[in-house]
Amino acid sequence: MTKTWVTPGGVHPPENKHQSLTLPIGALPIPEKLLVPLSQHIGAPANACVKVGQKVLKGQKIADATGSVSVPMHAPTSGTISAIEDRPIAHSSGMSAPCIEITSDGKDNWIDHEGIADFEHSSPQALTKIIADAGIAGMGGAGFPSAIKLSPGHRRPIDTLIVNATECEPYITADDSAIRERAAEIIEGIGILSHILGNPSNILIGIEDNKPEAIAALQPHVADSGISVVSFPTKYPSGGEKQLIYILTGKELASGTLPADAGMVCINIGTTYAIKRAVVNGEPLISRVTTMTGNACGINRNYETLIGTPVSHMLTHSEFNEAACSRLVMGGPMMGFSLTSADVPVVKTTNCILAPSYSEIPDDEPAQPCIRCGMCAEACPASLLPQQLFWYSQAEDHDRLEAHNLFDCIECGACSYVCPSNIPLVQHYRHSKGEILKAREEKVKSDHARERFEFHQQRMEQAEKDKEAKRAARREAAEKAKASTAAASGAGSAADIIAAAQARAAAKKVSPEQQQAKFERSIAGAEMRVQMATEKLAEAAADQTDEQKNILTAALDGAKQKLEQAQARLADHIEQHKELDSEQVK
Amino acid sequence: MIESIAQQPILAALIALVGLGILFGALLGYAAEKFKVEGDPIVEQIDELLPQTQCGQCGFPGCKPYAESIASGDAINKCPPGGQSTINAIASLLDVPAPELDAEHGEEADLKTVAYIREDECIGCTKCIQACPVDAILGAAKLMHTVIADECTGCDLCVEPCPVDCIDMLPVEEGLKQWHWPAPLKTADLIASDRAPHSDEGRAA
Repeated sequence: MTKTWVTPGGVHPPENKHQSLTLPIGALPIPEKLLVPLSQHIGAPANACVKVGQKVLKGQKIADATGSVSVPMHAPTSGTISAIEDRPIAHSSGMSAPCIEITSDGKDNWIDHEGIADFEHSSPQALTKIIADAGIAGMGGAGFPSAIKLSPGHRRPIDTLIVNATECEPYITADDSAIRERAAEIIEGIGILSHILGNPSNILIGIEDNKPEAIAALQPHVADSGISVVSFPTKYPSGGEKQLIYILTGKELASGTLPADAGMVCINIGTTYAIKRAVVNGEPLISRVTTMTGNACGINRNYETLIGTPVSHMLTHSEFNEAACSRLVMGGPMMGFSLTSADVPVVKTTNCILAPSYSEIPDDEPAQPCIRCGMCAEACPASLLPQQLFWYSQAEDHDRLEAHNLFDCIECGACSYVCPSNIPLVQHYRHSKGEILKAREEKVKSDHARERFEFHQQRMEQAEKDKEAKRAARREAAEKAKASTAAASGAGSAADIIAAAQARAAAKKVSPEQQQAKFERSIAGAEMRVQMATEKLAEAAADQTDEQKNILTAALDGAKQKLEQAQARLADHIEQHKELDSEQVK
Repeated sequence: MIESIAQQPILAALIALVGLGILFGALLGYAAEKFKVEGDPIVEQIDELLPQTQCGQCGFPGCKPYAESIASGDAINKCPPGGQSTINAIASLLDVPAPELDAEHGEEADLKTVAYIREDECIGCTKCIQACPVDAILGAAKLMHTVIADECTGCDLCVEPCPVDCIDMLPVEEGLKQWHWPAPLKTADLIASDRAPHSDEGRAA
């Protein structure tokens, strides 16, 4: 018995796995229409490489991988491409995304395909390429392209290969039933992985002890292969990557590191089966085992389901009673999400469709205030403080959320499960994670905008400076030109200036007649003023005080004086002109 | 000399204190030069918090000038694109109470927008190019212009100068990539009597 370690926290929800294990893996009739979303994995969406109306065969590539983190898509059955457009997909937002719709011709004709019987003679690179071309992405839930996990370029050699057969979430039995029926092929898949990774010294299959039949099915195949099947006590969530690594090896992965950093590769057991099919049989990933369960369905069992099968198609063949169903869940009751429509397709990561009755999964109870009981902290498998995260999430205090390692939360839902106040804790965390990521993105954008703005400002300033410099240069040139012309005209200029001044003075001179007229006008004005002053004095004589009389008298005297002066100036003027005239006559 | 100083304690104390004063003064002076901080660090910190739309709604020609103005005592609630969250962040940085957004400078927009030029109608006047604070518009005289949507901050400054009104501010499309989980309903919304119609709706669907 191999030693195992015990993770902190965890819960024991009712398992509800027996319902779907009574029947073997079944097959569904081929649906009339299949809908293959272009993004079923982590990374860039695939790029459709077929046209509407084109006929395709089963297993034919219909979309190319784009970029390094992406996988191609293949036709799940033969038929005609009937649409390439946005359709609602299985996503918690209920939003639409680009999909390829295939109308099945019912013949299910395979494209020519061929596998490699003796993979041991192929290079790891060639095998990795086959896995990439087969469109294999992690089938445990996250959908990370498997070929990348297996590619060289690891910081250290891989010494441990962990195969995740935990399947810790209630209701789901897809892996369990696959192991029971396909153990030999699964072990072959693990052999391929081991070959690609350079035969790591430890190959561990981690499985919970609630699957004794599966463990028994694996045992005969691993006898001399160096693979050990490690079973450990059932607890949710043991199937988280970091949790499973700790359970099997006692090593804790630091926050933000990948298993590869510790020399490990962790891969889902369903994926190993897909890898075997791809390498040995040459079949791309076009179907998977999906559990159809819940009390709202008459038949609970696992189906080998074509990727792109609408959920409604599965339901109609499982005696689904819509009235009894409280909600449709893709995934399990802990980490799954409610579907807004039954028309969404099954994708590469869909391990379970849960159609529970109202008594199984009732509507959410209203959330009550947090009473700081601390049960969530005891249940947390990542040793976080859910109650603190909840406060900070409500307060939108992003700094403190990050300080409390919000991003180490695996969203397993154990805290929400134990919360006596029914607080939807995980949704708070998911929301806060989204907000923080959005804020980070905006920060990058705003920094970029600042850089561009500063560059813009700098450029404008530079342009202004250049203009100013040009203007100054032009002014200088003009002044220089002026100075040189002045120097050229030279000495003659002084005489010119005198002549010009004389001409101006002559123009200003008035004729003697005009002068005389001017004097005469001033005399007339002075006479008028004297007359007015005399009249005023006469008027005032009767009723004014002495003081005012004096003022008026003074004014009258002044006026008389001015009159005399004007008359004297006129007399002078006439005298002068007489003399001038006589001189001119002479 | 030393003896005469030693005999006069007041003089000795004076010399010692003055000596210490000169020593520490020199040390401080050296430190001030050696560890000089370029620019005003608080301005940088405030500028970090502003949204960098460079829209000028605050009355300043860009985010940096507004940050400088805040550092010298201006109100912190003049930035509509940043909204209440920016006000709160600046308030906590400066340790002052967070006021409401000043309505005089505009309202906080619900949706992020980017400029879009209806290219058929563009006459190629380059006026929007000159107005863009982040050089997000491409084009040349008498040639069609277009907006680089990824670089556009949604500042609105190009809309007004356009002589043929061919620039629209369109809301940024929210796709699957931008989507993230909404906050759970507030407890107040979950009181049983308030909840009844909501949950019926869920069942019908």
